[in-house]
Amino acid sequence: MIKVENLVKAFGPKLAVNGVSFTVERGEVLGFLGPNGAGKSTTMRMITGFIPPTSGRITIGGFDVVENPIAAKRLIGYLPENAPAYTDMTVMGFLRFAAELRGLRGAARDKAVERAIELCFLESVRHQSIDTLSKGFRHRTCFAQSIIHDPDVLILDEPTDGLDPNQKHEVRTLIRRMGEKKAIVFSTHILEEVDAACTRAIIIDRGRIVANGTPQELRQRSEMAGAVTMRVKGPTAAELRDRLQQLSTVRKTLFVKEDGPALCARVVPSPTALDGQLEESLFDLVMREKWRLLELKTEEGRLDEVFRSITLPDTAPSKKE
Amino acid sequence: MNTDASVTSQASVAALNGPRWSAVGNVITIAKRELTGYFTSPVAYVFIVIFLLLLGFFTFMVGRFFQRNEASLFAFFMWHPWLYLFLVPAAGMRLWSEERRLHTIELLLTMPVTAWQAILGKFLASWAFLAIGLFLTFPMVITVAYLGDPDMGAIFCGYLGSLLTAGAYLSISSMTSALTRNQVVSFIISVVICLFLILAGWPPVTDLLVQWAPTWLVDLIASFSVWPHFETFQRGLIDSRDLIYFILVMVFSLFTTGVIIRSHRAG
Ligand SMILES: Nc1ncnc2c1ncn2[C@@H]1O[C@H](COP(=O)(O)OP(=O)(O)O)[C@@H](O)[C@H]1O
Ligand SMILES: [Mg+2]
Repeated sequence: MIKVENLVKAFGPKLAVNGVSFTVERGEVLGFLGPNGAGKSTTMRMITGFIPPTSGRITIGGFDVVENPIAAKRLIGYLPENAPAYTDMTVMGFLRFAAELRGLRGAARDKAVERAIELCFLESVRHQSIDTLSKGFRHRTCFAQSIIHDPDVLILDEPTDGLDPNQKHEVRTLIRRMGEKKAIVFSTHILEEVDAACTRAIIIDRGRIVANGTPQELRQRSEMAGAVTMRVKGPTAAELRDRLQQLSTVRKTLFVKEDGPALCARVVPSPTALDGQLEESLFDLVMREKWRLLELKTEEGRLDEVFRSITLPDTAPSKKE
Repeated sequence: MNTDASVTSQASVAALNGPRWSAVGNVITIAKRELTGYFTSPVAYVFIVIFLLLLGFFTFMVGRFFQRNEASLFAFFMWHPWLYLFLVPAAGMRLWSEERRLHTIELLLTMPVTAWQAILGKFLASWAFLAIGLFLTFPMVITVAYLGDPDMGAIFCGYLGSLLTAGAYLSISSMTSALTRNQVVSFIISVVICLFLILAGWPPVTDLLVQWAPTWLVDLIASFSVWPHFETFQRGLIDSRDLIYFILVMVFSLFTTGVIIRSHRAG
């Protein structure tokens, strides 16, 4: 549904987006991750036809956004960053306006408005003026606008920004559910959202894609992925460290530390160890030494670690030329 | 890939209604929203009251309407271009600067509407708002009709000329409001341009200029002015050249509005 090829956007000499390519099919929810200023919003503005790309091509359902903008825009629902809305309108008035611009008239329009109000839990504020809404309601009003025509493609720029934890959860659930029938791209800098709602994630930094995969695949890139943490009672710290070192399945012992009456240790598997071999050898070790095993846990790898390791912090000194 | 686009989502139903009709529909929808926007704030009512009060003041006090003893509205219409000088930019300054300030321009222009539909819709709404204010001066017509036997055709021409002048100023305000998200700046620039449009052909100024510059130059400058065109209407004449002048000013300004908006988006 969404096809982005070699997208570039220059603001003056600065490349805000630099050679971004990806595709999103129906049934996919693509999480767009990146630190502030990475180029997420700029990319989304180009996809939705708000700003023209400097170079590159975007097609939505086969329609080129630059050459056939109206046809492409018909297929898209868009929630811009910071959820702008006409503050002098009521929620209902605003949604009706959006529905009419989407070509819905009369009964079809009213039905679409009711559906959006229900999906976004706006019943209690439907006649309220938008400038009197709390941030959460205002955000959902703009969100409702984006789904009013039941679009095939949804572009959501930080859809959970400014919501409380319950509302965040609801919006994520909504995104995941709608994602079954649509192609969705949403940007965020909250990593847990990737697990909660995405089928795939792209990490973008300084205008470039630095990682692209399922949340599972991204986690694998973590240093910690596959590491095993164990808690045992019996040995001394030195003893445990020594025995762990001798195992062929262990590449490195990250730490051994006191944990109440027990010891806690974390080891990284050697590259030759097959899946599960490390756990097996650790269990055997405990049995052989007649220690008592309290816990054995395989780490999945952590997204935030991956995120940190492949994106540069904003404060990094810029390269001197 | 194209089959993706033809799924029976609700939006594609609209496409079947034909592009021309949906263009008109979009302009109407945008104009309706804009016009409602004027009246949901008290500013609109204040604006209209000020407009009527000022018109009354100039017509009766400064223009000495009754002392003239004429069954015509000349003393009334002659003030319009001057009043519009401030009131029209005030009404038009929010057109695009507000959209940019609230970032709703990003919503509007990612809808399946073209930029010119949005520009035209918003312009027509403001113009309709000014027309409503102008319409509320109808007691003037009743007064002269009661006191004497005025030429109704001339009065109609007067109103038409006044409305077109307001439209020309408004199109300029639309252009300047696209320039900046600061409404005050937009207001000031637009007043300056409109002032030029009056003064360039206002007899006291042209009389002065003739002493300094060759006549052809003075005439050239004056030809940009609304004043002579406005005056023809006040004399009860509808000349196609005057109509063309006003239409050209509006088309040019609205076109420039589009160029400015496009250049913002291009970054
Ligand atoms: N209109 C603009 N003019 C100049 N620079 C811009 C403009 N919009 C964005 N940028 C710059 O482009 C970069 C990417 O911005 P943005 O896409 O908003 O990042 P993100 O949404 O990932 O936080 C930033 O460095 C920003 O300063
Ligand atoms: Mg952003």
